[in-house]
Amino acid sequence: MTTTIPPIPTDLQDERLRADTGMGGAIRAGIDRIRGGDLGFLPVIAGLAIIWTIFQILNPYFLSSGNLTNLLMESAPVGVIALGIVFVLLVGEIDLSVGSVSGLAAAIMAINFIDNRWPLPLAIAAAVGVAVLIGFAYGFIYNRIGVPSFVITLSGLLGFLGLQLFVLGPKGTINLPFDSPLVHFGQLAFVPQWLAYALVALAAAAVLVGGLLRARIRRNAGLSAPALSLTLIRAGLLAALLTFAVWYLYQARGVGWMVVFFVALVLLANYALTRTSWGRSLFAVGGNREAARRSGIRITAVYTTAFIACTTLAAVGGLLAAGRLASAAQSSGGGDVNLNAIAAAVIGGTSLFGGRGSAFAALLGILVIQSISSGLTLLNLDSSIRYMVTGAVVLIAVSLDAVARRSRSSHGRA
Amino acid sequence: MNATTATDTAAAPDGARPNLHTVLSLRGISKSFGAVAALTDIDLDVSSSEVVAIVGDNGAGKSTLVKVLSGVHAPDSGTIDFGGERVTLPTPMAALERGIATVFQDLALCDNLDVVQNLFLGRERRPFQLDEVGMEVRAWELLRQLSAKIPSVRIPIASLSGGQRQTVAIARSLLGDPKLIILDEPTAALGVAQTAEVLNLVERLRERGHGVILISHNMEDVKAVADRVVVLRLGRNNGEFRVGDVTTEEIISAITGATDNAVSRRRSRGDTASPTTHTITTEDAER
Repeated sequence: MTTTIPPIPTDLQDERLRADTGMGGAIRAGIDRIRGGDLGFLPVIAGLAIIWTIFQILNPYFLSSGNLTNLLMESAPVGVIALGIVFVLLVGEIDLSVGSVSGLAAAIMAINFIDNRWPLPLAIAAAVGVAVLIGFAYGFIYNRIGVPSFVITLSGLLGFLGLQLFVLGPKGTINLPFDSPLVHFGQLAFVPQWLAYALVALAAAAVLVGGLLRARIRRNAGLSAPALSLTLIRAGLLAALLTFAVWYLYQARGVGWMVVFFVALVLLANYALTRTSWGRSLFAVGGNREAARRSGIRITAVYTTAFIACTTLAAVGGLLAAGRLASAAQSSGGGDVNLNAIAAAVIGGTSLFGGRGSAFAALLGILVIQSISSGLTLLNLDSSIRYMVTGAVVLIAVSLDAVARRSRSSHGRA
Repeated sequence: MNATTATDTAAAPDGARPNLHTVLSLRGISKSFGAVAALTDIDLDVSSSEVVAIVGDNGAGKSTLVKVLSGVHAPDSGTIDFGGERVTLPTPMAALERGIATVFQDLALCDNLDVVQNLFLGRERRPFQLDEVGMEVRAWELLRQLSAKIPSVRIPIASLSGGQRQTVAIARSLLGDPKLIILDEPTAALGVAQTAEVLNLVERLRERGHGVILISHNMEDVKAVADRVVVLRLGRNNGEFRVGDVTTEEIISAITGATDNAVSRRRSRGDTASPTTHTITTEDAER
């Protein structure tokens, strides 16, 4: 395409490097990555496709606009909790108490909002504030006393469940009025169709402009940059996919604000993880704690902030769930919320061993979990089957991670 | 044991060495852990563009000395003059800010991060909007200066060879433009070719004017790149040699404590062990 032969970019001058330029190069590099065990999101997307196909065959209502709309709304609360789990998994720790913390947050919000007649924002702030304190306490106990996070959060699982019951008192359930903004947000607030299309256009434009700008900065610095065609194709594909999704979902009620909120949180978390030094330090601590310490990173602060991020997002997820159910009950955050959140992060490709993962893991993982749940519900299979199937899927996902890790180490890709 | 200038040493690869001066000067450094005197009255001088090898048996105090210099341990007594100033090195950060960079034996790299991410770990540019391009450009500059053979800076450390990892670790120590670089056993786990690469790297550090302290067990490596050899034994100075006029046997006997016998015997005989001298010259010729 170019008329003059440009100088070889700084990062491609080694003669051992195969020059992967243009479209063919991108595809070749992608195949190489997969063979090297760097599967990325391929397994979870493939898994999602298989699950959707099977359930669609078993029940033709499964892929209908109405069900998918519901599925997305159901995904948001636990998805937000799963997003928090990604942070602690990245530093190689675990939080088993997210379910209890989400339930506790719902209880605190409800008791203050309904019984104490606080304004809703204040009630929400109180709930989130308690979650921040819990995360801080986890970090303190972990750093100063050296209790493994598994044990700390297992105690938290029990302790905060107890506190949730205590806060709720003998009533056990507090209903939220249907006209409250939180319930409206959790059940009824849908993005107007034109705005949904506008958001799609915005997303595609952001990918395109961002890609072009980055390419120009890299080229000016004498580094290689992805071809223009590649950026165009990425933006185009994204636009086509999202436009189709929006069109299909608006056959029914469309896209809820809660879903948009969840996706926005995922994007924000992705930025924090990949483009800030804090995110970098999470990966570093998860990869090699000692190396991170010697690099001058304050690893105690990294652990504490990871725990705080997790408990805070758990509380936010709990509040969304309360809005969705229009109540805070003794069972809020109980049952399978805990394990679904952790399973979603792991299914999405976040390693349980630290140092590998992505914010998008929560998004894709929760879609898998909720698809299984929704599909089995449509088949009138009760929760016994659902637990077993979800358990099997988690096992498959972790096995895939283990196999991929072996392949990565033999191909030298950490 | 005077401060030695490096001008007259055998290994002067380019001849051009501007502004030779003493970078580091230790006097009477002692450090005890409880009843154990790990270091007693250690003197050490390093000047710019000089490679000083510190050798010694296990327990000789090499690691303790490195830790004193890198700010991990504070000495019980003695003085540290660095860059013409009397300094204390209370923390690793303080040592780093003074311009003493240490590459520890286990390298301390994150396998899951790529070369650029490792180089800038803990000191990323623009913490809230990482300057990936700027950091990548700087990484290439640094690696080019070291003539490092790393195909791409966007591959995880896990896919690099041992020598390449050592190169990355050394390059990282250079980011703050230190005056003194301490390499702890840089060739311990490396193959023949990779060892040669790291030794080349050490020579390049010297050419660039850095003072280098090289901790090593490998006499061949020491004789190949060092200008002077400082022997520690049981926490004390046990001899200091110019690499040009010492044999491996003499160093080894100083390390093992047989130095008095060997040196006295040699002096009384008044001759040197010619076969080893021969080896040195061939090594020098190879370089």
